[in-house]
Amino acid sequence: MTGTGPAGGPESDDAARVAAVRRAVDSVWRIESSRIIAGLARTVGDVGLAEDLAQDAVEAALRQWPVSGVPDRPGAWLIAVGRHRAVDRARREAVLRRKREELGAAASPAPDEVEVGEGDEDEIQDDLLRLLFIACHPVLAPEARVALTLRLLGGLSTDEIARAFLIREATVAQRIVRAKRTLAAARVPFELPARDRWDERLAPVLEVLYLIFNEGYAATSGDRWARPALCEDALRLGRVLAELVSDEPEVHGLVALMELQASRLRARVGRSGEPILLLAQDRRRWDRVLVQRGLAALERSERLGRGLGPYGLQAAIAACHARAVTPEATDWERIASLYEALAQLVPSPVVQLNRAVAVGMAFGPEAGLEIVEALASDPALAAYHLMPSVRGDLLQRLGRWDEARVELERAASMTRNESERRLLLARADRRSPAGPGSASPLPLVATPSPPAPPSPAPPPAPAPG
Amino acid sequence: MRFMLLMRPNIDQTDEGWAPPAEAVAVMERYNEDLRRAGVLLSLDGLHSPARGALVTFSGGRATVTDGPFAEAKEVIGGYWMIDVRSKDEAIEWAKRCPVSGAEGAAIEVRQVAEISDFPADVQAAFEAASRAGA
Repeated sequence: MTGTGPAGGPESDDAARVAAVRRAVDSVWRIESSRIIAGLARTVGDVGLAEDLAQDAVEAALRQWPVSGVPDRPGAWLIAVGRHRAVDRARREAVLRRKREELGAAASPAPDEVEVGEGDEDEIQDDLLRLLFIACHPVLAPEARVALTLRLLGGLSTDEIARAFLIREATVAQRIVRAKRTLAAARVPFELPARDRWDERLAPVLEVLYLIFNEGYAATSGDRWARPALCEDALRLGRVLAELVSDEPEVHGLVALMELQASRLRARVGRSGEPILLLAQDRRRWDRVLVQRGLAALERSERLGRGLGPYGLQAAIAACHARAVTPEATDWERIASLYEALAQLVPSPVVQLNRAVAVGMAFGPEAGLEIVEALASDPALAAYHLMPSVRGDLLQRLGRWDEARVELERAASMTRNESERRLLLARADRRSPAGPGSASPLPLVATPSPPAPPSPAPPPAPAPG
Repeated sequence: MRFMLLMRPNIDQTDEGWAPPAEAVAVMERYNEDLRRAGVLLSLDGLHSPARGALVTFSGGRATVTDGPFAEAKEVIGGYWMIDVRSKDEAIEWAKRCPVSGAEGAAIEVRQVAEISDFPADVQAAFEAASRAGA
């Protein structure tokens, strides 16, 4: 059935076949693990056990498929084996509890004798949604939610998660084990949240996806500015969620925001790894496919007619940039009003700082500076290098060069990013107005509700670009 | 990673022969829906038969136009899916799941979409220089 192994001598044939099966199992796992785990979780009522059973099934596949060939419906095969293991376990426990008569009747056929139904698609979709809500359950710590979501829904191995977050594999494994234990101890049922708790349960789900995305996008740790694979994982999960929950504006708002931000991934890093701020990016390198998808998702959110939430508003702001063919064509007035709406939903000095930048672009530096001055005493911004950076930029545009230099040098001393520091010092030396392409750190990206970060703790700073 | 799955249906290139059989539509739509639900589908399109197209060939600095059909049925592209997956193996696994029915010898070509960053440094530099010149 596979025939993917390279041709070779009789000895390398075996090794090649095993390697080909390994790769086939990996791909099937990537595609179907969430459905397999969700289906098993419904059968056994325990997410942790379901994942163990699915792992058992994968090991069985790795033993059996090199001999028998990859089955026609590998996902169904894995589910069937997982179910048998579940029955076996239940029977062993039943024997221990001397309740043989209740469960002993269910014979356990060999895996290749099993006929498995496709399963009702709506039912599977519901199971997937249950699984996602549980992975992001409020009883879990945020970093446990992230790890469990990537593991159960994203099909990532602990090793892949560890590499993505630049932490030790043992740390990830431990987080997942603890999370499963917490869920079991809290007796979290394999159910959808009640309708009246829907909003409160959906919020952490969106937060987890955006956290994963931002970890890839802002690359707060490590030597690279972005880790696009993590962005792709978050996007993929977001798209899955948008199919599962199609009537929630914020779900589409979040997907739109991620698609639009991801569309700029390849334009925001120079060839020597230096960051390129939004207004200086080569817009022809923006990914048109993702821009179109982002705009379509935003439209879906708007069409639901219940207004835009924090994610939707940020997506709408990103869309203003995506629609502008050149930086000069940016509709700053609209961006300023969107930030105003965002500030009402999310009272945050960082959002206000963003608004100041947009107002400065739309109505002149004086108007922007007025907002910045009002924020000057906010302790939340005291250690935030973009505060003096924005102020310095507005002052330069007013021709107040000496004051501007002080601010920009201060910003340079506060940033932890070396290439950004050089950029700020170069700007501090400026003595004449520059074109908008070289203007300051516009726009910032605000986080709607500052979620607790997965360790190692990234700073609460938004990412430029 | 982005891959294009290029479908080569190996079917009759007349308009009548080209349209999918009505009974195959639901099955294919289900497959498209699976791709969408898995969060991997970026875009897809079906193409008209080459009978409605043309071939522009280049030789000795000249372009020559040939009206379709112009290729062997086996080589003709019928449509594509653009998907976003983690590996070539995953792309292949998706291709294997496509419910290609009927046509003997149908094929799906699995091709990775190239990014500028996949090219050697001098080619990347050339892209950069060209984009600066155009800016």
